[in-house]
Amino acid sequence: MKKITRSFQGSYLLDDYEPSVGASFISTWLTVFHGMNLTFRGYVRENGVGVRNHVAVICTVGCASYAARRIVELNPRAKLVVHHQGCCHIPSDIAYVEKVLTNLALNPNVHSVLLVSMGCESVSAEKIADEISKIKHVEVVRILDEEVVKAIEKGSEIVKEMLKESKKAKREEVDISELKLAIKCGGSDFTSGIISNPVAGKVADMIIEHGGTVIFGETTEVIGAEHILAKRGEKKEVSEKLLKLVREWEESITAAGLDLRGGQPTPGNIRGGITTLEEKSIGAVCKAGSSKLVDVVDYGDFVNKKGLVFMHTPGREPEALTGFSAGGAQIILFTTGLGVPQGHPISPVIKISGNPEAARRLTEHIDVDLSKVFYGEESIEEAANRVLDEIIEVASSKFTKSEIIGYDDAVEIYIRGSVI
Amino acid sequence: MKKALVINSRDNVAVALAEIKLGEKLSIEIEGKTIELIARSNIPFGHKFAIKQISKGDEVIKYGEVIGRATADIEVGEHVHVHNVESLVGKIREERKS
Repeated sequence: MKKITRSFQGSYLLDDYEPSVGASFISTWLTVFHGMNLTFRGYVRENGVGVRNHVAVICTVGCASYAARRIVELNPRAKLVVHHQGCCHIPSDIAYVEKVLTNLALNPNVHSVLLVSMGCESVSAEKIADEISKIKHVEVVRILDEEVVKAIEKGSEIVKEMLKESKKAKREEVDISELKLAIKCGGSDFTSGIISNPVAGKVADMIIEHGGTVIFGETTEVIGAEHILAKRGEKKEVSEKLLKLVREWEESITAAGLDLRGGQPTPGNIRGGITTLEEKSIGAVCKAGSSKLVDVVDYGDFVNKKGLVFMHTPGREPEALTGFSAGGAQIILFTTGLGVPQGHPISPVIKISGNPEAARRLTEHIDVDLSKVFYGEESIEEAANRVLDEIIEVASSKFTKSEIIGYDDAVEIYIRGSVI
Repeated sequence: MKKALVINSRDNVAVALAEIKLGEKLSIEIEGKTIELIARSNIPFGHKFAIKQISKGDEVIKYGEVIGRATADIEVGEHVHVHNVESLVGKIREERKS
């Protein structure tokens, strides 16, 4: 196995390195101002273009996570995806977990999949594998069918073969319209609403202008700003779907006895200067830019439409990032003020902050420092072009900060009902 | 360096881009015009303060949108935060129900 670079400057996986991406800053400017095509170098697959070439080892239930972990320890180039769901749910949640696990595996960043199952869980590993096999290579190991050590050995042998096979895939130049970018905010402070979210909004507009897709969610954060978003529905049905979703979400939270104003904004937001949910929501919604909303989808649905799509997700990162990744987002743009470490095993997360203190102290977390905007030295448009360049470089093989520090195990599947 | 930012000309609050001390004189730019005021509280970095007189029950406006309602009279230059502003999201629903 070749050595992996750990330097923060020019951090690329060596045998995945694509030297041709260096001049993309100039290419972005040419494209934005002269209408030329924007491209990145990705892995063309049946259902989209991957920006990574993962062999994913996914547990179908939390109990199988130790075996999945051991298989990846034996094959460090494989990608570990462990969570805590998959058993003792109400029937609708069983179907939900099956859908999300299937769609996560179908993300074009994934080359092939090993499902690690106990064999006794509520979700059906066979059903999930059947769906995945329509698009890509998938195998299942069941711990209860084997001895534990044998199951791990068998899984490890399968993964070794998959890794060998995955090396045959090569990157090709593709148009940026193949990109599905998800946008999420977290660790927000007052700079999020005035710098990183408006910058992300501009990036979202540019990607959609070039024929790409942008997914955003966090239904809680839309409460208080739904009237602004609803005006942007491409069709009346889309606006109605959004308003209905937000209303039902708010009612479900109120019915559960939660005072929204008590929980949101969070104590961290309040320390940062955000006073009310409306203030946070209006500042958050601007990260999706100003395009028409073409669709509203449920959590973890695979997104097929081009343009701006809203996905119902909770605000908490592991669930939200997993939902976007299941939606097919190859990259997640994460706007932050305070500077959080978020990452995801399937979809690389690019973090941007306009808070100069956070950008200075947390260089291990922040991919693109927007503090020049804070000091009035750079416009929102200029900063957005820098972020778009970073997206193209990451799409073409550059490592994100969370990939470098190894914070990519925050996976969780959002369920609605009780755990029984 | 600018010490405070007004995002929209309709806003009645500004955002502190640095820590502001009680009694500090501030010049704030709103669409090319400069207004002068004196800070009536310590304003932490990133927090809001009033640039117009806000009476109890008035709307608090940022991004040109209503972000809440004042629960006390707020003087020009005074810190605007959870101690003198409440959210309207839950409130509107309660009023609709009754």
